[in-house]
Amino acid sequence: MDRTDTDRRAPAGDPPLTYLDHAASTPVRDEVVEAMAPFAAQVFGHPSGHHRQARAARQAVEDARDQVAGLLGAVPGEVVFTSGGTEADNLAVLGVLGAAARRRSGGETVVVSSAIEHAAVLEACRAAAARLPGVEHARVGVDTRGVLDLERLGEALDARVSLVTVMLANNEVGTVQPLSDVVTLTRRLAPGAVVHTDAVQGAAWLDVALAARGVDLVSVSAHKLGGPKGAGALVVREGTELEPLVLGGGQERERRAGTHDVAGAVGLATAMAAVAKERDAEAVRVGALRDRLADGLLDAVPSVTEAADRKSVLPGLCHLCFEGVDREELVVLLDEAGVCVSAGAACASGALEPSHVLAAMGVPARIARGSIRFSLGHTTSPADVERALAVVPEAVARLRG
Amino acid sequence: MRVLVAMSGGVDSSVAAARLVAEGHDVAGATLKLWGGPQSSGCCSVADVDDARRVAQQLGVPHHVFNYASEFERDVVEPYVAAHAEGRTPNPCIECNRHIKFDRLLERARRLGFDRLATGHHARVCEQGGKLSLRRGADPLKDQSYVLSMLGQSQLGAIALPVGDMTKSEVRAEAARLGLRTAAKPDSQDVCFIHGPEGREGFLASRLELHAGDVVDAETGLALGAVGAVELVTVGQRRGMPAAGAPRYAVAVDVATRRVTVADSVHAAVHEVSLAPGSVTWVDRPLADGEEAVAQMSAHGRPARCTVHAGAPEAGLRCRFPVAQRPVAPGQTLALYDVADPDAVLGAGIVAGSGGRT
Repeated sequence: MDRTDTDRRAPAGDPPLTYLDHAASTPVRDEVVEAMAPFAAQVFGHPSGHHRQARAARQAVEDARDQVAGLLGAVPGEVVFTSGGTEADNLAVLGVLGAAARRRSGGETVVVSSAIEHAAVLEACRAAAARLPGVEHARVGVDTRGVLDLERLGEALDARVSLVTVMLANNEVGTVQPLSDVVTLTRRLAPGAVVHTDAVQGAAWLDVALAARGVDLVSVSAHKLGGPKGAGALVVREGTELEPLVLGGGQERERRAGTHDVAGAVGLATAMAAVAKERDAEAVRVGALRDRLADGLLDAVPSVTEAADRKSVLPGLCHLCFEGVDREELVVLLDEAGVCVSAGAACASGALEPSHVLAAMGVPARIARGSIRFSLGHTTSPADVERALAVVPEAVARLRG
Repeated sequence: MRVLVAMSGGVDSSVAAARLVAEGHDVAGATLKLWGGPQSSGCCSVADVDDARRVAQQLGVPHHVFNYASEFERDVVEPYVAAHAEGRTPNPCIECNRHIKFDRLLERARRLGFDRLATGHHARVCEQGGKLSLRRGADPLKDQSYVLSMLGQSQLGAIALPVGDMTKSEVRAEAARLGLRTAAKPDSQDVCFIHGPEGREGFLASRLELHAGDVVDAETGLALGAVGAVELVTVGQRRGMPAAGAPRYAVAVDVATRRVTVADSVHAAVHEVSLAPGSVTWVDRPLADGEEAVAQMSAHGRPARCTVHAGAPEAGLRCRFPVAQRPVAPGQTLALYDVADPDAVLGAGIVAGSGGRT
């Protein structure tokens, strides 16, 4: 891949593009585009059919499944292809709780989540509590650095708990969560519960097979790691009871109906394989770029705070709060200069919402107002970082007046 | 010029943006999220934001959504509720213009390097002899100078009102000619955060404890009936007031004693309206004591001649009307226009009370 040619990502006529929003989405890797291409018009059959076109498509899906399973430390039958991370999270939460509620036939049960989960998990937990009789949702807080409070988790765990869901790494501040401790505590204090992790952000940087060892359900998404949008997977460990959300033709062993997105499955597998191949080198390379960016900004701009401890943060993430600046304004100025960053999650209208992650970390609203997420990835070059270092201090100074 | 256009998703601001683009300006659009979730209607529903975004895309300009929900709650909605709790009836659109659009958004536009903030209001900013004036829009039926009447020179110098010289039908025709999706969209109605079958009553009931009260005749002191909620009665209101012989108008609302005072049209009429101290603003210079002006007391109210009496600054301003007026609710805005040039806004203030009954 050509890492120096940042301009090729900019539409004609626009300033050179400095894309620092990989945690939102990534450009599709060249090898992924290539791997997906045959499944548009060449191998187009319905994978559940009974002729050569169908068999070819089916083989592609199953090859992809083998690959994804291998990379996630699962066996192929445990991999359920979904339309992305959100569907995987929804299926994990509502699928497990739906099965649990039925099994307990209205008796009380609890889903325990961290307070900093992605909306795909939190909203699913909220919906489960609202729709399923006897289901309660308990949230466990984090410390001021954005890491799960294990003591509080321990207090929340008991025999009533059916599901514990804690993300591998947070999407806003990038903190890696103590998943192995979550698994150990759950096995000890809530032996009947299953553990889910949303590894959508973490999978771009960490060896999920290792980091999520012992976890029962794992969500991943293709477009966060150089794959296409609209493709993801949920690992469902053998023996985990799960009610499907999408009903129909019985695909994915009746856990997710609907004709397979063959190209999407191939794209997910190819992107994950590419990540696995370059993981260690990229963590070092991008981590160094991130440090250069973070240290450079902390140095050049007064009154900036780093939300999380860098040693517990993914290599590509740099979350900073610029005091006295409104993030909505900083994003606009940076966009005008061709620097793409994120200021947080948006609501249905596209407006930024106050961050529940920063609130859970106890960051005062006054500071959170100026929060910006820079996220680096496989396309990030030293030139991108230098450009951000040139543009951001000036923009902040201008907004501070 | 770099212009930020406040795009509500309606036809006026769509055409305002289109005109600025056609004039060759460097335009960006911004839609404000002021209120509500995905289901809400009103000026910041998701559907309206989508319309604004699509129009901006069609015009080839960037579009931003700015979240002012907490500021809107603090500066518009809470004071609106608090005023009703005290028996006053404010105009939340004016307060939104005062605190959000022509304050926070205008400041933001400046910080972001825009030369002007444009809106789709039907009013005009004109320059004469180095002074800026705010004038009624070209379409008398759609004129919105009243809701902008609190603007002063510094704000007028920083805004643009590109559709102020057009009639509404010209705006719609222009939108249709350009193929803008908002061309046939109905005009927005009422207050953006109040909608649905429950309306104002439902909204206030969810925020306030409403109290039933007595309706008492101003002349006789006799109780004529009762109302379900004194907080929902507006001075000047006839609907729902008991008509003892002749129709009665609310002339006073006292929430503390839960009493609404009513009078017939003759006795309800007022000759004097006082403006709250500190609420009075001037487009350019203050009117001198005894100067004449034309007052307008609602968005489409009938203008009326008055004389302005300025006492001590802490006493506010009094407007005396030679011809009796219907009583006006405390909290409403009174806009003053030039007698010699009746399209020109001179200033505005918030009504503290009215009286001088015959």
